[in-house]
Amino acid sequence: MTIDYAPAGTGYDEMFEAAGTPRRSSVNFVDRLASFTPQDLIQRQQRAEQTLHTLGITFTVYGEDEGTERIWPFDLLPRIIAGQEWARIEQGLKQRVHALNLFIQDIYNEQRIIKDGTLPAELIHSCASLRPQLIGFRPPQDVWCHISGVDLVRDGDGTIYVLEDNLRCPSGVSYVLENRELMKRTFPQVFEGMSVSPVEDYPEQLLDTLLSCAPAGVDLPCAVLLTPGIYNSAYFEHTYLAQQMGIQLVQGSDLLVRDNRVFMRTTHGLQRVDVIYRRIDDDFLDPTFFRPDSTLGVAGLMEAYLSGNVTLANAPGCGVADDKAIYAYVPDIIRYYLAEDAILSNVPTFVCADSVQRDHVLSNLDKLVVKPTNESGGYGILMGPMASQAERDRCADAVRTNPRNYIAQPLLQLSTVPTLIGDQVHPRHVDLRPFVLSGKDIYVMPGGLTRVALRAGSMVVNSSQGGGSKDTWVLRDRSLRTAPHIATAEQKQSQTLR
Amino acid sequence: MLSRVADSVYWMSRYLERAENVARFIEVNHNLTLGDGDELSQQWEPLVYITGDHEHFSERFGAPTRDNVLQFLAFDRENPNSIVTCLERARENARSIREVISMSIWEQINKFYHMVLAAAKAPGVVYNTPSEFCERVKTIGNTLVGMTDTTMSHGEPWHFARIGRMIERADKTSRIIDVQYYLLLPTTSDIGSTLDVIRWSALLKSTSALEMYRREHGRIVPAAVADFLILNRYFPRSMHFCIVRAQESLRLIAGSHTGTFHFRSEKIVGRLRSELDYTHIKDIVERGMHEFIDDFQTRLNDLGAAIYSDFFLQSEAT
Repeated sequence: MTIDYAPAGTGYDEMFEAAGTPRRSSVNFVDRLASFTPQDLIQRQQRAEQTLHTLGITFTVYGEDEGTERIWPFDLLPRIIAGQEWARIEQGLKQRVHALNLFIQDIYNEQRIIKDGTLPAELIHSCASLRPQLIGFRPPQDVWCHISGVDLVRDGDGTIYVLEDNLRCPSGVSYVLENRELMKRTFPQVFEGMSVSPVEDYPEQLLDTLLSCAPAGVDLPCAVLLTPGIYNSAYFEHTYLAQQMGIQLVQGSDLLVRDNRVFMRTTHGLQRVDVIYRRIDDDFLDPTFFRPDSTLGVAGLMEAYLSGNVTLANAPGCGVADDKAIYAYVPDIIRYYLAEDAILSNVPTFVCADSVQRDHVLSNLDKLVVKPTNESGGYGILMGPMASQAERDRCADAVRTNPRNYIAQPLLQLSTVPTLIGDQVHPRHVDLRPFVLSGKDIYVMPGGLTRVALRAGSMVVNSSQGGGSKDTWVLRDRSLRTAPHIATAEQKQSQTLR
Repeated sequence: MLSRVADSVYWMSRYLERAENVARFIEVNHNLTLGDGDELSQQWEPLVYITGDHEHFSERFGAPTRDNVLQFLAFDRENPNSIVTCLERARENARSIREVISMSIWEQINKFYHMVLAAAKAPGVVYNTPSEFCERVKTIGNTLVGMTDTTMSHGEPWHFARIGRMIERADKTSRIIDVQYYLLLPTTSDIGSTLDVIRWSALLKSTSALEMYRREHGRIVPAAVADFLILNRYFPRSMHFCIVRAQESLRLIAGSHTGTFHFRSEKIVGRLRSELDYTHIKDIVERGMHEFIDDFQTRLNDLGAAIYSDFFLQSEAT
């Protein structure tokens, strides 16, 4: 099948420079694709969706009566990233997550960044996800955000921006692994000779990360994954990761705390737990510490944590660094802790807490995207240019009443990738969520989750709002694979010998 | 292993076995009704008795017509023991322990569930030709048992799955004997007649026991049929066989030596097993078949309750 669409006007297409002219990284793929008929592709696409159905790879849509499980649409055409470009992104992600981790540690301890006047104290103190109970605490290995998902988008001019940081319980990595598996099952031919970076070792890396942050002095740490249960929208991911890592998947009711130590209830009595990869929000972790009405958590867990008897990943209180108002300061944060400029740019952001910026936002609501600072999943966002006057007025009221809760950004023209729609290929907008693991070292999974907005023209990629996903290929550079450094060294040596 | 997980493996397995048994009941009964115009042709009521839900049934459906009974047993979501409800629960349990069972087991249960949902959308097809549907349920059920044996390590979770399956199967075999025995015996005038042989064969067929019975006993004799289904040591659907296997799994989980026990559940199953070991079919017939089976079912229930408190209910006091 030949893709013959023209990339939409001013936008940036990930696969084509212009109609009929693939980007260098995509030439081989586009050639390979031409040898398949459209019918063949459609059949494979259907087979992929059927496989998702029988595998029961589903997500839950909240507030829908009819059957809470749905498959998440998968598109057969991958998103391809050149190796060189990825190398820069990877470096940028490591830098960013490293700095954010130092930032969280500082906020809960010395607060140098506030005392030095780099960040307004008010911004931190008004942050809804700041956990004052943790002040003075240092987690094992000083790691706070063990698992991060950093959302990236590419604007019309081709620049990659960081859209937001997700440091609480970022989800989606299981789809990356499943999408790759699905591609290999249904469309193996396209991989031949492509040198796509493997993603399959992620569970191994995750387990290493978790175990490397166990409380000091534990020889063979026992790690578990704590899930809210089968009605959580990411439940499939919880089971998948637990299974791939070979650790127990536990619910709050499976755990109990005695003498400040955490145990799980087994058929042979109680067994000690050292590391908890928790997929429950801070608020629900421990009814005696945070929300008393939580039935998902474990009473006494936080005391055990603060006593250093158990590791929680991510650490409670991490959310202070992915607050969207703090996001605006991340370039400053990177400069402050690492004395480097940010490698990856932020989207220009107006912080409504600042009166000058707020006035600008309020008089430009028809051009801006307004986001709540403490939400995720695309909830509560106003897309100014598409909104009605009434919606904008309501938003303006909300901003005036509680400015700290809002930021605004220009509407980005997200890049597109060819996507199978019916029996044709059309450009559809995408974003990218790479996953970063911080333990003793920082690891970045090559690629990440590419989410695609399946409705024509839509920029909303969230699974809860009509988005799908694609396999993401990071190509390994052929020139890099031949290991030029060694060759050069040998040449030099033989030159001196001669 | 986690207590909650053990509980779910056990129930997943019980519900799968239950769904398969309901399909067996339907299939055999359907075959019986195919006889030309004799009094068996309208016999759908006993099926409702086998599952023990007759009150629930007559309240909601009234007359035990073929369509009503099949709807109730196969597709009624309000019937806690219908095939569709069993699969829904088996799948919910499997879903909560997906990381413990193998991917292929999960995939198969999921397909199983969707197959039954699809069949429920066109129930007329199933009413008219129940055999095809029942055959599929049995085949997938057996496939799942095979997959459990070949893709899951035979450790603790596997043993809990086997205990669930064995207890459920023993219970269902006992129910089918109870009901059929009650229906079959009073017609003493029929003894030795063709019709009688057909009925007793049907009883054996519903437990897939006909061929194995023939090898063992040859001719169909009521007491020998009861003996085969209750006390045979080697037939995998006989009550005795199931209890022996359940005891073996419990003992391995508990780590007890033969003849000893750590838990109450081991004691209950051990006593039951010894009794079956040394019981003769004559004792049972003399005592009364129904009384014997009633007692057996009560003790299975005790066993289930004891397993729950011994392994699944880990209180803070442990």
